[in-house]
Amino acid sequence: MLKHILPATLLLLAATPALAGGKMFPPTADPVVKKECGACHMAYQPQLLPRKSWEAMMDRLSDHFGENASLDDKTRDAIKAYLTANAGDGGKWLRGVNTANPPQRISEMPRFKKEHGEGKVQRMKEKSGVKTWADCVACHKQADRGYYEDD
Amino acid sequence: MKKPFAVALMTLAALPALAGSPARDTILAGLATEAKKADPSFAGFSADRGASFFGATQKGGKPDTPSCTSCHGTTPEATGTTRAGKPVEPLAVSKVPTRYTDPEKVAKWFQRNCTSVLGRECTALEKGDFITFMATR
Repeated sequence: MLKHILPATLLLLAATPALAGGKMFPPTADPVVKKECGACHMAYQPQLLPRKSWEAMMDRLSDHFGENASLDDKTRDAIKAYLTANAGDGGKWLRGVNTANPPQRISEMPRFKKEHGEGKVQRMKEKSGVKTWADCVACHKQADRGYYEDD
Repeated sequence: MKKPFAVALMTLAALPALAGSPARDTILAGLATEAKKADPSFAGFSADRGASFFGATQKGGKPDTPSCTSCHGTTPEATGTTRAGKPVEPLAVSKVPTRYTDPEKVAKWFQRNCTSVLGRECTALEKGDFITFMATR
C-alpha cells in the first residue's frame, strides 16, 4: 500500500507548489535578488516574511543582523520592490504573526518556531554541526527552490 | 597627469608576473595613485603588510566579525563561510583567478567588509596591500 501512496504523494507535491501546508514557496526568481542576497545566504523566498519586515530590513542594510550589507540605492530599491511585492502577507505561513510589529528574522516567525522548536530538530541541528538557522539548505536540500516539505 | 602614470608603471613592475591580470593591475594602479595622494612617501604596496592586515584582529567594527579571517578563514586558499553558513570562494588568486578583476565588486566588498570589520572604510594602502598579498597566494 505504502509503495503506491508514496510515489503518488511525491507526484502530487511536485505538481502543487506553494500549497502543501504553507511550507512550499515559489523559488526566488529575480536575478538581482538572487545575486545580491544570495552572495551571503540563500536568497530567501519573499513569502517567508511580511511586507513590513522586508521594508524595515531594506531600509537599514548597513546593520543587517550585525553585518554591513549596504547596496547602491538603485539596487536596493529594485530588491525592496521585489521582496515587498511578493511578501507573504495573507499566506498560511504568516498565520499568528503580529503584523503591527512583525519579526525581522525568519527564524522568529511563529510557524518557523513551531516547526523547529521540538527537541528532535534542535538535536538534529546540533548533531549535524549546523551553526545557524539562516542556513536552510544545510537540512532542507531544496530550500533554494522553495521546498521545505522534506522533514 | 604624469605622476599617476609613473606610479602606475612602478606598481605594474612590482607585481609578480604569474599573478598578472590587466584588470587587476588597473585596480592596483588606481589604488597606488590614491595612496600616493594620501601619503607622498608611498613607495609601493607590500604583500607582507597585506598578510598582517588580513590576519589582524581589529577594533571598532562589529563584534561578530573582528577580522577578515572571521569569515574567510586563516588560509586564503581555503573556502570561507559567511555567518549565515554559505561558502565563500577562496580569496587567493591562485585558486580563483578572477579575484580582484572587477572594480565594482572590489569596491563593494571592501566598503562592506571594512565597515563590518574595522568600523570604517579601508585606506587605499590597506586595499592595495591586501590585493597584492592575495595575488601572491
